[in-house]
Amino acid sequence: MEIELKKDGTHLTAVMHGRIDTSTSTDAERILIPAIEGIDDLVLDFADIEYISSAGLRVLLLVFKQMSAQGKMKIINVNEVVREVLDITGFIDIMNVE
Amino acid sequence: MNEMTIDATVENIPAVTAFVNEKLEELNCPMKAQMQIDIAIDEVFSNISNYAYKPDVGPATVRVEVDNDPVAVVITFIDGGRQFDPLSVDDPDTTLPASERRIGGLGLFLVRKTMDEITYEYREGKNILRIRKNIKKSLRTFTTSDVPDTGTETRRGGKLNESD
Repeated sequence: MEIELKKDGTHLTAVMHGRIDTSTSTDAERILIPAIEGIDDLVLDFADIEYISSAGLRVLLLVFKQMSAQGKMKIINVNEVVREVLDITGFIDIMNVE
Repeated sequence: MNEMTIDATVENIPAVTAFVNEKLEELNCPMKAQMQIDIAIDEVFSNISNYAYKPDVGPATVRVEVDNDPVAVVITFIDGGRQFDPLSVDDPDTTLPASERRIGGLGLFLVRKTMDEITYEYREGKNILRIRKNIKKSLRTFTTSDVPDTGTETRRGGKLNESD
């Protein structure tokens, strides 16, 4: 899992690449959780994310819960497959998805 | 060969996914369907890996077949671990607030929602889970119920060509 972190003060954009599945979700968690410390505005850029499985949703939920306590978060540039997953699981109702 | 047998471990999910994708690319499977199938593999195979044989490790067989009417990819997962019917699990509540959300059960729920058919049977000590994904019009011509052995064209990273 490759994630580019673009930090500007307390704003962070994480540009994510590939798939967020069982194989990559622990890497995603290991990178994202420390990265969002002290961040009050998080953007997850999914332009290059092919798909996300429930293992990836677990990480999204962890990040979302932490961001809810300290600021805001949105997910941008989701493709059709990712949007469908977020829709079916109801994540689209609790998270800000553009 | 249209099937592989491999230890059911999460580390082997990429190998299973690559095996199935190779077959799907030979079939010119639409990209969206391929990604939905890849998600289904992640969910089903991780489930087998995490529960079927624990704390031991055992084998699972993954078979890829093609149906003609309607055109569909059928993937069968077979393991000899403890009996588990994934279709017996209740749907998760997808309307809860974030603080009460759980991930357990979401994976198989996703599979049920994105595949066209799922069947489960327990026979001769084996869990047999079969998922079917219908493929609309973009399959190129083929006449047997088998995946062709030689694909002349593969589609990598490109857009689906619906006019094929």
